[in-house]
Amino acid sequence: MTTETDQHISPPVLELERVTIRFAGDSGDGMQVTGSQFTRTAAVFGNDIATLPDFPAEIRAPAGSLAGVSGFQISFSSSEIHTPGDSPDVLVAMNPAALRANLGDVPAGGAIVVNEDAFSPQNVAKAGYAANPLTDGSLSDYNVFEIPVGTLNARALEGLEMTAKQVDLTKNFFALGVMFWLFERSMQPTMDWIESKFSSRPIILEANLRALKAGYAFGETTEIFHNSFRVKPARLAPGTYRNVNGNEAAALGFVAAAKLARRDLVYGSYPITPASEILHQLSTYKHYGVRTFQAEDEIAAIGAAIGAAFGGALGLTASSGPGIALKSEAMGLAVMVELPLVVVDVQRGGPSTGLPTKTEQSDLLQVMFGRNGDAPMPVVAPATPAECFEMAIEASRLALKYMTPVTYLSDAYLANGSEPWRVPELEDLPDISVPNHTDPATFRSYARDPVTLARPWAVPGTPGLEHRIGGLEKADVIGTVSYDADNHQRMTDLRARKVAGIADDIPELRVAGPERGDLLILGWGSTYGSLRTATERLQRQGHAVAHAHLRHLNPFPRNTGEVLSAYRRVLIPEINNGQLRLLIRARYLVDAIGLDRVRGKPFAVPEVESAARLLLDREDA
Amino acid sequence: MTETTAAAAASQPIVLTRKDFISDQEVRWCPGCGDYSILAQTQRVMPDFGYPRENIVFISGIGCSGRLPYYMNTFGFHSIHGRAPTLATGLKLARPDLMVWVITGDGDALSIGGNHVLHAMRRNVDIKLVMFNNRIYGLTKGQASPTSELGKHTKSSPDGTVDQPIVPLSVALAAEATFVARTVDTYTEHIQETLDAAGRHKGSVFVEVLQNCNIFNDGAWREFTEREVRDDRMLKLRHGEPMIFGAAADKGIRIVGLRPEVVTLGNGVSEADLTVHDESDDALA
Repeated sequence: MTTETDQHISPPVLELERVTIRFAGDSGDGMQVTGSQFTRTAAVFGNDIATLPDFPAEIRAPAGSLAGVSGFQISFSSSEIHTPGDSPDVLVAMNPAALRANLGDVPAGGAIVVNEDAFSPQNVAKAGYAANPLTDGSLSDYNVFEIPVGTLNARALEGLEMTAKQVDLTKNFFALGVMFWLFERSMQPTMDWIESKFSSRPIILEANLRALKAGYAFGETTEIFHNSFRVKPARLAPGTYRNVNGNEAAALGFVAAAKLARRDLVYGSYPITPASEILHQLSTYKHYGVRTFQAEDEIAAIGAAIGAAFGGALGLTASSGPGIALKSEAMGLAVMVELPLVVVDVQRGGPSTGLPTKTEQSDLLQVMFGRNGDAPMPVVAPATPAECFEMAIEASRLALKYMTPVTYLSDAYLANGSEPWRVPELEDLPDISVPNHTDPATFRSYARDPVTLARPWAVPGTPGLEHRIGGLEKADVIGTVSYDADNHQRMTDLRARKVAGIADDIPELRVAGPERGDLLILGWGSTYGSLRTATERLQRQGHAVAHAHLRHLNPFPRNTGEVLSAYRRVLIPEINNGQLRLLIRARYLVDAIGLDRVRGKPFAVPEVESAARLLLDREDA
Repeated sequence: MTETTAAAAASQPIVLTRKDFISDQEVRWCPGCGDYSILAQTQRVMPDFGYPRENIVFISGIGCSGRLPYYMNTFGFHSIHGRAPTLATGLKLARPDLMVWVITGDGDALSIGGNHVLHAMRRNVDIKLVMFNNRIYGLTKGQASPTSELGKHTKSSPDGTVDQPIVPLSVALAAEATFVARTVDTYTEHIQETLDAAGRHKGSVFVEVLQNCNIFNDGAWREFTEREVRDDRMLKLRHGEPMIFGAAADKGIRIVGLRPEVVTLGNGVSEADLTVHDESDDALA
């Protein structure tokens, strides 16, 4: 039998190196699912990927409103990429509000796929448009593809026993099907996912499959698109890869760290955006010796982690800025009792409740100094979602080796953003185990290792080691309560020296680019991708620019001062009001210039590029 | 390690005495403080449980009670204000083989740490919480506490407090604690019995100890503990026995309808009419 489809001649395929798509719709439209499915498919195909989910704090803001717009951006490429892209090549807008909220990011000439069914006068007005943008000519700079997604999808689902509302909920899969066709992606991974996800609801299963296939067939059979596009797999180092976001990678990293330390992992946590996913992940790893505890509040969460550390486990707690504020007193206790503990801060916009779902780097000074007394804590910060894994091991290594609480600074962008992660071989990972102290004859609870200055870990159950610790100042070596003035000075100095000494045990700061030059772009945390890409662009333009990225923020790598002094200028871009800059200027007396943005979003590469160029031009003048 | 210590404990009965539980630290409570008695009875009952010293942990918060772990020759952790139940929960989670006691006070447990007490009790974690209730903030020198009587004049309430005191046992019962008891600092034998039963209970324990603060709230429980009145104001509950009290053992409690009433024995009221205590019946609590 011959059908129209068979007779159709496929449009030509254009090969592209990299494509960025943004899916945007109501927060109930399933945009996060759509984006994640596209991501998985691209990852399975072997592209390098980077993603940026962007969703509102409200679970379901009023339908069609600007406040309710949820987005998911994915960039996939045949070569290595560092960011999820600044501006989407394709915007999929499920309604007028999604169009209006995202249009500013689409470059002229970019493609916009809209669900034209959603552009009713009512929805148009709700989005704040005076007139329908599809008909008033305001989109003439873009390639607009109007697809009646709702109508076509409803037709594809005819005959299924579903309410109109249920039918409407599947239209995101229609849109996804269109995108799969447009970018030559297989539908199979998503079909498999639908089949397992909805196995107990056969009608919904069938509806979602039909929606997906109908979207794909629509792309194939209509002449609306002039081409389809191909983005070849990236040439990544050989190995087994999986797609991870930062929270998943962190959870896996801490499980691995506990294994490498040959200890149980005890995780105390209270739900908070954007850190909750770590609890969800870890609670499924009971068979790896992981114990998770959903506590009554943030304080109980860290209290339990400290109690577990006292008992000989690797103690872990995670939160976001508001929760870290609540944990501060207990963090100070951990500093005083010198027990190993990792405190994860998945940063979000602040102060106070702030922007719960948006990214920010504004807790750096909080975790550095936000405790009473001189209470130094090491601080580490992964730079990419995949690096969240190895930095979890690094944070645990430092905590165990130096008997200290350690802060691990992630953020909403790392937590939710994903990229391919090469699953490491166990033998490539470090042994981070430390022994318990067992000999009563040599036991002094505050005696110190001569190199690390760590005190012994003497866990309950060890005969002859009965002793008492606590928040009161302890006498050097013997560990009894002491109010002696000289002793307090000595203990304060020892605590500071112990943390400062870690500088000899961490990698030196490396630069990408010339070892000396006109400008160093210095960053930390999730800005890595934008800073690296901006640096590469400037280098291609012939500038003597280098990029250095700090993974250890306390202490700084020991060559940091040297690196800083090798460049005529230092630019520190941060998603805060200049917190690293304050530390760098104070510590190294370097006249670093800041690029401070707190807009809930990562840097766009051109932002960094133009700030850098401004400094370079100033140099020329 | 966990299993081997447990096995060793089972095969070799450990013979320890009160002295084994006295640490080398000088006790620094005010002379005459009720805490001395509680400490002594705690040290006295510890050998009864058959746990080696190193498998027992005392965790405290802040307040006069918080110093107790320093004086116990076991593992100890003097934590921060109100948070001892959280550390105890985490420790028990990591090390179910340990016997974990929480020592706290009325301010520590019912004010700053109230939320933790509720949740530690309802989770039925096997931790034994002993709350010293002297109805005052002693370590900070005499402010009203959540159990201070209505109208009490203290440094922080010169015109008398205006808020109702908390009844600790009601809180413990509402929080679904699985062992709830009350004792008095001066009743040494009863403290021992109570702590002994608490130590043997597997689950969440809440013990309130009525305690005097002879510096900032002397006579905190005078209306119950003074020699002249105590026999007529206190009833020692014993499982399976009728509720009898009084210097002459001539008073009792019986329940009429849903209400308990105090009756005097004789004149047609006999022991058989009195309510028999059943420790498993929370309606009687």
